[in-house]
Amino acid sequence: MNLRRDVFQAIADPTRRAILLLVASQSMTAGSIASNFDTARPTVSKHLQILTECELLTQEQNGREIYYHLNPNKMKEIAEFIEPFRKMWDDRFNKLETVMKKYKSK
Amino acid sequence: MERKTKINAEDGKQEILITREFDLPLELLFKAYAEAELVEQWMGTKVLKLESKKHGSYQCETTDTHGKVLLRTNGVIHEFSPTRKIIRTFEMENTPYGVQLEIYEFESLNDDTSKLNMRVIYESVAQRDQVLKLPFAYGINMAHNRLQDIASKLNISQ
Repeated sequence: MNLRRDVFQAIADPTRRAILLLVASQSMTAGSIASNFDTARPTVSKHLQILTECELLTQEQNGREIYYHLNPNKMKEIAEFIEPFRKMWDDRFNKLETVMKKYKSK
Repeated sequence: MERKTKINAEDGKQEILITREFDLPLELLFKAYAEAELVEQWMGTKVLKLESKKHGSYQCETTDTHGKVLLRTNGVIHEFSPTRKIIRTFEMENTPYGVQLEIYEFESLNDDTSKLNMRVIYESVAQRDQVLKLPFAYGINMAHNRLQDIASKLNISQ
């Protein structure tokens, strides 16, 4: 498991979350994305690289410009990533409930 | 059906909130956390030690069907207030997940139902996110399935 380049690492950073919000409304070039931030252009490029590497963003060449799109499938994965964790606890608590109901009726 | 177990893990925070409503009176819910024999049954793990008191400590061990140790966990108890509150630490031995602080608050909803509010605080945001993802990871899933196997066998033998 490559932790440095997975989606969860990617969304841990507030600037990268802001970039995702921006691109969610429309595809944008690196330049137009960077113009929304006070941070240096290379920093924004680095964030875009990370978001692209973990497939949250996809690149599309349009003439001389590269446009960044949001990858909705990968975003869905984030929304659902907590579910297995919840399920694990839910199963555990269900078991507790069953055990204690049995204990009570003894 | 409404979800009985709720998880709240805000982005960028190093804590997780877990809440659950039980069809159990408060006393029984609390007992499930206080007595080693009961913890063993619902957690599907062997409790090597559980001192349910302030300054007490605990240690658990999970083995596969061949007796090979899969996971050891331990912690110390900082507060133990029957039917109200437990504060303890939790650590999975020989893993990179660090030590977490767990605050359990128990409350009665009515004579037959109760609620558990559990707040888990990790050493860092990164560690919290790793633990959140654990059920995703294949190896841990296998261990968890194994846990359920053991638990279901325990059930049959009772």
